[in-house]
Amino acid sequence: MDNLIALLIAAPLLGAAVLLCGGRALDRVGHWLGTVLAAASFVIGAVLFVDMLGKGADARTMHQHLFTWVPVAGFKADMGFQLDQLSMTFVLLISGVGTLIHLYSVGYMAHDERRRRFFGYLNLFLAAMLLLVLADNYLLLYMGWEGVGLASYLLIGFWQHKPSAATAAKKAFLVNRVGDMGLSIAIMLMFTTFGTFAFGGVFGAADGASEGKLTAISLMLLLAACGKSAQVPLQSWLGDAMEGPTPVSALIHAATMVTAGVYLITRSSAVFNGAPNAQLVVVVVGAVTLIFGAIVGCAKDDIKKSLAGSTMSQIGYMILAAGLGPIGYVFAIMHLVTHGFFKAGLFLGAGSVMHGMNDEVDMRKYGGLRRYMPVTFVTFGLGYLAIIGFPGLSGFFSKDKIIEAAFAKGGTEGWILGAVTLLGAAITAYYMTRMMLMTFFGEERWRHAETRSPDAPSAEPAAAGRGAHDEPHPHESPWIMTIPMIVLAVGSVGAGAFFGIGNRFLNWLEPVTGHSEGHSPVSAGVVTTATIVLLLVGVGIAYLQYGRRPVPAVAPRGSLLTRAARRDLLQDDFNHVVLVRGGEHLTRSLVYVDHSLVDGVVNGTAASFGGLSGRLRKVQNGYARSYALSMFGGTAVVVAATLLMRAV
Amino acid sequence: MSAPAVHSLWTTTAADSIGSIPSPHIEYGQLSPVLIVAGVAMLGVLFEAFLPRKARYHSQVILAVLGLAAAFAVVVALAADGYGSASKAHIAAEGAVAVDGPALFLQGVILLTAIVAVFTFAERRLDPAAGSHRVDSFAAEAAAVPGSDAEKDATRAGFTTTEVFPLLMFAVAGMLVFPAANDLLTLFVALEVFSLPLYLLCAVARRKRLMSQEAAVKYFLLGAFSSAFLLFGIALLYGYAGTVTYAGIADVVDGTVRNVDPALAGTMGNDALLLIGGGMLLTGLLFKVGAVPFHMWTPDVYQGAPTPVTGFMAAATKVAAFGALLRLLYVVLPGMTWDWRPVMWGVAIITMVGGAIVAITQTDIKRLLAYSSIAHAGFLLAGVIAASPDGISSVLFYLVVYSFVTLGAFAVVTLVRDAGGEATHLSKWAGLGRRSPLVAAVFAIFLLAFAGIPLTSGFSGKFAVFKAAAAGGAVPLVVIGVIASAIAAFFYIRVIVLMFFSEPRADGPTVAVPSPLTMVTIGVGVAVVLVFGIAPQYFLDLASQAGTFAR
Repeated sequence: MDNLIALLIAAPLLGAAVLLCGGRALDRVGHWLGTVLAAASFVIGAVLFVDMLGKGADARTMHQHLFTWVPVAGFKADMGFQLDQLSMTFVLLISGVGTLIHLYSVGYMAHDERRRRFFGYLNLFLAAMLLLVLADNYLLLYMGWEGVGLASYLLIGFWQHKPSAATAAKKAFLVNRVGDMGLSIAIMLMFTTFGTFAFGGVFGAADGASEGKLTAISLMLLLAACGKSAQVPLQSWLGDAMEGPTPVSALIHAATMVTAGVYLITRSSAVFNGAPNAQLVVVVVGAVTLIFGAIVGCAKDDIKKSLAGSTMSQIGYMILAAGLGPIGYVFAIMHLVTHGFFKAGLFLGAGSVMHGMNDEVDMRKYGGLRRYMPVTFVTFGLGYLAIIGFPGLSGFFSKDKIIEAAFAKGGTEGWILGAVTLLGAAITAYYMTRMMLMTFFGEERWRHAETRSPDAPSAEPAAAGRGAHDEPHPHESPWIMTIPMIVLAVGSVGAGAFFGIGNRFLNWLEPVTGHSEGHSPVSAGVVTTATIVLLLVGVGIAYLQYGRRPVPAVAPRGSLLTRAARRDLLQDDFNHVVLVRGGEHLTRSLVYVDHSLVDGVVNGTAASFGGLSGRLRKVQNGYARSYALSMFGGTAVVVAATLLMRAV
Repeated sequence: MSAPAVHSLWTTTAADSIGSIPSPHIEYGQLSPVLIVAGVAMLGVLFEAFLPRKARYHSQVILAVLGLAAAFAVVVALAADGYGSASKAHIAAEGAVAVDGPALFLQGVILLTAIVAVFTFAERRLDPAAGSHRVDSFAAEAAAVPGSDAEKDATRAGFTTTEVFPLLMFAVAGMLVFPAANDLLTLFVALEVFSLPLYLLCAVARRKRLMSQEAAVKYFLLGAFSSAFLLFGIALLYGYAGTVTYAGIADVVDGTVRNVDPALAGTMGNDALLLIGGGMLLTGLLFKVGAVPFHMWTPDVYQGAPTPVTGFMAAATKVAAFGALLRLLYVVLPGMTWDWRPVMWGVAIITMVGGAIVAITQTDIKRLLAYSSIAHAGFLLAGVIAASPDGISSVLFYLVVYSFVTLGAFAVVTLVRDAGGEATHLSKWAGLGRRSPLVAAVFAIFLLAFAGIPLTSGFSGKFAVFKAAAAGGAVPLVVIGVIASAIAAFFYIRVIVLMFFSEPRADGPTVAVPSPLTMVTIGVGVAVVLVFGIAPQYFLDLASQAGTFAR
């Protein structure tokens, strides 16, 4: 059984290789090949899962060692895999949601002439992501980490002919480099501290290491997590990443890759547990991002960007939970999984809406679509109920647990974190209700609104291939797109209850992450009640604003906060002023120093050698007599020096 | 010394010797590489005398290649037979010639470089044909005065100087003996045997004949001058030791010989003689390796000589001369390491730095390569100075990588031509990379190897000698060597920049398409650069197995 682990990765990797190297001959079958291989990975995962369930809770970790990757003296990196309950959870999520989204993409990308390449990239992403979660050492994890970064870059910029997509891809890549640097530094620190970067070695030795070192490693890991999971301060790329095709947004920028940071922190729990200060930073990052993303989500009229803000916010919840330590790890992962279902479902729903609306993304040009897209409406609606934490649905179970855990942190911190998470829940309810109302209810604004003008291309240029009409004719998407949405909706409804009731998920994951109950100053019942009340408040305000009153087709000017939120709370302005300008000044001064000082020294040296060369060259005058004299002099010196040496 | 002593010495020696001169024991089998090459050379002279003109070229080329290949096969067979290892290595021919690891290794290298050089000698596609006759790099009639009617007639008739092949073979025969010579007289004879043909070869260029003849005369004069030093040094050492065999001198240096020859009682063991004689001997050898300040012939001769000859000299002479230098320092003078090391330090430093610095302002590609060879001689000296088995093997290794790359580089120089023959002025090489990317790329590879960029043979070679030198306690030398390498890298890279990043000249040279012969030479060079650069270990092992001198 252990030997099946590599196949999990091998299947999509094979797909990527075949599809990307195969050439146009595969254009007609490429998408199905990619989908089948993704499904194969899921089936292998399921087989391993069943096998794992048959074992005792403590005997479930499997290892597979392929070969020693980098054997250099003490520096030994293995191509080895570790499949435990945590990895298993991710494997099923990645390959399961991945397969559904492959299926969806068959329909969504049907008219794109580069569809084969798209599926190649998707398979590449799956392979890299599976490598990331299956690696048994940090270096291999790093390889997967970079691999998903690459796939993300390629897919965000998939419509590379659009400058906005190309720029967004570059932005995502650059911002992620900052985080990747953190991960590489963390690995180096581990190697110098523990002499290894294998999970077993690091976690075994973490207890004995000084807190300072653990804090340093943890903070570097957190930096990595911030980059990959779009957490403050490295959050700026996620909104722009929505330039990618919608299935990409669903798979990579909602369900899987962006949660890699949560995986990293949870996997490194042994390190974080020894560094309480670093954990505090983690919690702060999570809390700030939670609110940040939620506020951005409220202000955006672009349905995908609003969802992106929501993703950021929900991952904030997970990071916060992971920062709480053993109280929160399990719930972070549980929310991660349920979020994977409902957020992927929401994105697919958004894609379906866009599909039926000539790729319009502005929610102000939607309205009343429930009558035209019943399946999308129902699945999106279930995802909506799940994310706002409607009692009984997925989000209710997972988010409620995180809020409880936040209170259980204890002390002032606990109160603050609890309040923040509750506030986040209210804002979530608000912006999701807003999205729901603007899209599916109200008057049909698209009938009167101007549709896209040719010189303002929408986010989805594939529209041209799909036959853009001046008048949108909202229609339901084909079955190949609705089936994945339905499956995900089922997950959005049932997963939370399945995991939560009877602490099923807790018991499953506890052997890996550990768990401790905190001492909550407020009872679970109170927390649940407060959550529901705040949820209703959020929904109510949104209803008053967008349900009772007509939605203006052109966005009103809005308050200062709204305007700031529309600009992503000025994140890009901040980056521009602080980093870009600062960087420019730095490089300019460095260039100055380089020109005046370094070049001066270098050129001066070169010039002096050149001058010396020119003078020495004159000795070579072409006369044999001079040469003979030089030889004679040389001999005299050699002999004299030899004699002198003896005399000394 | 008293008169009766002289008398008795004369009488007793004479009386004993006359009746009982033992017939010398010569190990013909072990000396056969030299004998084959020398025999082939004489056969070549006979070919010149008796074969019709038309048949000479092909028969000479085939004869030379076969002879060299046969000699190489014997060298390999001897090495396989164990003569390279310490157990079986010994001194053959009554103490005159060593058959040991370094000798066999260097002889093998010399023979291989000679084969490759024969290919460049035999190249007949580059120069425009005279009538129906294809011609090579050598003068139509070397004896004709440049510019004379006789020369024009010879050129029109399509004559070629096929004597270069026997001359080359004689030179190779001398070079084979040179690093194996185990007494000073054999050393001197070998030196002259390989030098005289080289002087001649330098003089027989087809184009720019005056320059070629000037180079030959300079080389001859200075060579004679250095031979004088060498010979004087030999005389002094004989006075010091009473013998010319390496082992005998070494014994006297070590003080293991106590019974002083009465005829030399006044001088024997006199350290002044040893030091002066040793110094002069070194001078003679340093002239051949082209070390500063005995290097001044190098640029002039390299520039004037026919380019195939330059390549051969730069490669094989250096191998032979360094072989002899190593044997002299490690076998004859190990007891006075502390005397010769400081001097050699100084020579190595000024050779490395001087060669590199003067190369910066060169404008002729052949002169540039000449100064480059001087700098490389300095790097090799750093390995010699290590005075350790690692030093020997690193020098052996360096010689291999350097010689083949040098041959390849000079072979490329023969390809770049304009109306006046080879276009050696650097300004004409501008933009070559755009005109002939392949040739320029190959030359760039050679230059990178000379510069010692990692993953080229030059890096492995430099690394080996510097490592040996550092282990031998010469760390400052290594530091200076690395600095000199950096300076040298400048002018190598400058040529690459010139070739690839400047506009081609309108009147720029064309690149001739050579025959497979030159392609083989260049191909061997590239292969050596890559193989020795990427996977040097096998050859390093081979060199270190061959790193013990027999005494």
